[in-house]
Amino acid sequence: MPKSVTMLVNGMPVQLEPESMVSAALLKAGVPCRRSVTGEPRTALCGMGICFECRVTVNGVPHRRTCQLTCREGMVVETER
Amino acid sequence: MRHADVIVVGAGPAGIAAATAAARHGRSVLLLDDNPAAGGQIWRGGIEAPAQRANRGENARRNKALRNLASSGAVLLAGYRVFDAPAPHTLSALRETSTDAEAVALQYDHLILATGARERFLPFPGWTLPGVFGAGGLQALVKGGFPVQGKRVAVAGSGPLLLAVAAHLREYGAHVVCVVEQATTSQLVLFAASLWSRPAKVLQGIGYRAALGKAPYRTGCWPVAAFGDEASGLLKSVRFTDGAETWDEPCDMLACGFHLVPNTELASLLGCKLRGDFVAVDEQQQTSVANVYCAGEPTGIAGLDAALVQGEIAGLACAGQKTGPLRARNAAEQRFAARLEIAFRLRPELRLLPSPETIVCRCEDVTYGDLASRAGWTDAKLQTRCGMGPCQGRICGPATQTLFGWTPKSIRPPLFPVPVNALCFHDSQHDVPKENA
Repeated sequence: MPKSVTMLVNGMPVQLEPESMVSAALLKAGVPCRRSVTGEPRTALCGMGICFECRVTVNGVPHRRTCQLTCREGMVVETER
Repeated sequence: MRHADVIVVGAGPAGIAAATAAARHGRSVLLLDDNPAAGGQIWRGGIEAPAQRANRGENARRNKALRNLASSGAVLLAGYRVFDAPAPHTLSALRETSTDAEAVALQYDHLILATGARERFLPFPGWTLPGVFGAGGLQALVKGGFPVQGKRVAVAGSGPLLLAVAAHLREYGAHVVCVVEQATTSQLVLFAASLWSRPAKVLQGIGYRAALGKAPYRTGCWPVAAFGDEASGLLKSVRFTDGAETWDEPCDMLACGFHLVPNTELASLLGCKLRGDFVAVDEQQQTSVANVYCAGEPTGIAGLDAALVQGEIAGLACAGQKTGPLRARNAAEQRFAARLEIAFRLRPELRLLPSPETIVCRCEDVTYGDLASRAGWTDAKLQTRCGMGPCQGRICGPATQTLFGWTPKSIRPPLFPVPVNALCFHDSQHDVPKENA
């Protein structure tokens, strides 16, 4: 198994251990996942697919819950900015 | 359309035990979970800490249970999220990949709900700041590869989970600055004393406490506000109180959860009767709906041992096997659950934490001030959109139950947001046999 996977978070490369979750990549990159309806920055809360705070666009698919999505090499992640 | 004698929803300890027991007795079993792997929350795998001390025993139990599951013949469908029960003996599930999502129909003769629990979150000023996580939430994120090496973490809220979380965070190199439990010392002493017949549970607690090192464990205290840095927006400190005095704890992260809430949405959709907040079951874990069983936390917050025995009972019952000897063990676990509930009962002061501007519903940014004058959950939904965002009230519902005594009702499909294109090609309408439809 490769020692790490690299993915793009808002165009910025982020390196993680294999089998990491996409939510970890966002937290490691230090970028909020989304803006709330009044504009607050939000990051993952529950870590288990319940709260939807960690949803972002992954490989062009919107509203993916990143705490239940495994990182893959070359994955492209875009957050709400 | 896929069919199995037994479908188990939820691949945590209860679901694993249920699927294994039913499959070993010759039943075809599908075990569904929305996560990429089996284990649920307490047996979540993921990135291991350099030294897995605090949960070494737990790992051994988990690995054995997963081996038994693998050899039982049960089929694990990971990444499947059940969102509807469109016809008798039929479930709709969303299967998500990194590029795609499709709805699939699944049919069963017997159904076992092992949907687990989630954390209860209570709003206080600052709880929506980046850097504030659930307690189990942060643990899950760390196991998912979020590095916390050298970070200062305050752990707060309520429940036996807090000590376990703090011990695990330390294994991953976090600096746990404090563990703050809202329950009173006297409640906890009574609880510990009541465990004299359960030395394993006492030893586990002592093990976690020892793993905490010098981090103070403060009981009878709770968080009142989290503060972010003006410039960076990052969490900088958390204010705690013991009811008389307050103090600020500088930290990079707050891991905060107030014990657990059962996941009963699917049971409610199926028409299973609830008893209080929990799914009502008989001695065989059978719900009020024929051929539908429930095991683990949805029937009462009782922890791992209860989940394992209840899961096994449900699996055996679905396979037409005797469950007699297991029932006494289950009864003992239920007595433990009752003591847990008393020990970690939430103090009334927690209802007074939000200010009028504090957001209660994070999906729709509905504030405490917006909600305070509402007559109840339905009125709040209609007037403010509280509970109408993507989490469908799973976070704010239990919060408003604590704050206002509201009971969230009206469970409707889809249980989770589902992409329309997945629904368009949904095959259940076509494939359900007429006699069942």
